[in-house]
Amino acid sequence: MNETERAEAFYAHVGSGGKVEADDWMPDDYRAAVLKFVEMHANSELMGVLPEREWILRAPTLRRKLALTSKVQDEVGHAQLLYRVAEDLGKPREQMLADLMAGRTKFHNVFHYPTESWADVGIIAWLVDAAAIVSQQALRDSSYAPYARTMKKICWEESVHIMHGRDVVLTMMNGTPHQRALVQDALDRWWGPLMQMHGPPTDPTKDKDLHWRIKAKGNEQLRQEFLSIYVPRIRELGLRIPDEALRQDGDGRWHYTEPDWDELRSVVTGHGPKSQERLEFRRFNHAQTQWVRDSLLGPAAAAA
Amino acid sequence: MSEEQRDRVWEVFRQESEGDPMVHGGSVRAPDEDLALHYAREFYGRRQESHRLWIVPREAITELDDPDLLKPPFDRSFKKPGGYIIKHKLEAAKARAGESM
Repeated sequence: MNETERAEAFYAHVGSGGKVEADDWMPDDYRAAVLKFVEMHANSELMGVLPEREWILRAPTLRRKLALTSKVQDEVGHAQLLYRVAEDLGKPREQMLADLMAGRTKFHNVFHYPTESWADVGIIAWLVDAAAIVSQQALRDSSYAPYARTMKKICWEESVHIMHGRDVVLTMMNGTPHQRALVQDALDRWWGPLMQMHGPPTDPTKDKDLHWRIKAKGNEQLRQEFLSIYVPRIRELGLRIPDEALRQDGDGRWHYTEPDWDELRSVVTGHGPKSQERLEFRRFNHAQTQWVRDSLLGPAAAAA
Repeated sequence: MSEEQRDRVWEVFRQESEGDPMVHGGSVRAPDEDLALHYAREFYGRRQESHRLWIVPREAITELDDPDLLKPPFDRSFKKPGGYIIKHKLEAAKARAGESM
């Protein structure tokens, strides 16, 4: 069997639901596509804690502070698990962190925005995590088995975050008119980025990630699933979704104002309101913790 | 020397409850056994979801995935309970036993 035949057999294998392990042979384009996908996911988990960590010191109660700290630890843990999956595909972790900090690789759009009040913490944990879990649940069927297994663990932990976020939102909705106004204000600001989060609809015949089953569902399908579950849950609290065109037709399909794809492209390439500040914090933090890595890794290197 | 070369990969196996099988959980990267243990505890045990963890250097694992050895194309049904279809034989035997009584 020559390289081309071997690659064709491989594509047929993953295309029909077959799984791939880290040390299996795989064509370079498949390896590169999985790596890019997982690296972006890992970057997003790592950068995603920065908006939330801003609120740890301002959490309203000790229990909320513990829950938020625990969520931040979970998300950094997810980044660690995902960088582990990615580095087995051949790219060293230090290189991935260097690329992230230099702005050469991307992270999810929702982590480029500011957090204005405690209600943002609730909306992020509830709805951003909900939008994420819709796509993450589909990734449990990924053809790249080490990623699929990691997603099972991550989804299990994310389900706690959603409950934490929903609890924060419910508490505020049962509070004062000012608290309810803060939640509405947070929803108004986050709705646009949430609708952009899954990305523009793609042509399924040209979407290689879909074709090779690296991901199991297309962008628009994920957005539709998110809307079906969460629009009723948002509205039942008396919150108003800031899109006059949002409606569901008789077939269950959601119609909505076209999300601002220019904003999405601009934000994920480092031009969001907080992109540079967050990257600068990541660089600062990396430099500040260098002595920890040096002290932990130094003696082992000397002994080796 | 880069940090990559100073670290090793450790595979983590977890037992959910006493008596359960050890199931592969994932892997961690650490320069030595002590740190591998701490990472494994943080990644696979911080929610009280594990009764026991095994932390094994990746290179200590010997893998066999050769289908010629694991899924040979011969009939192996005699090794499995389902390879023995006794319904009709049992009926015939019972009928015979009934006749002779």
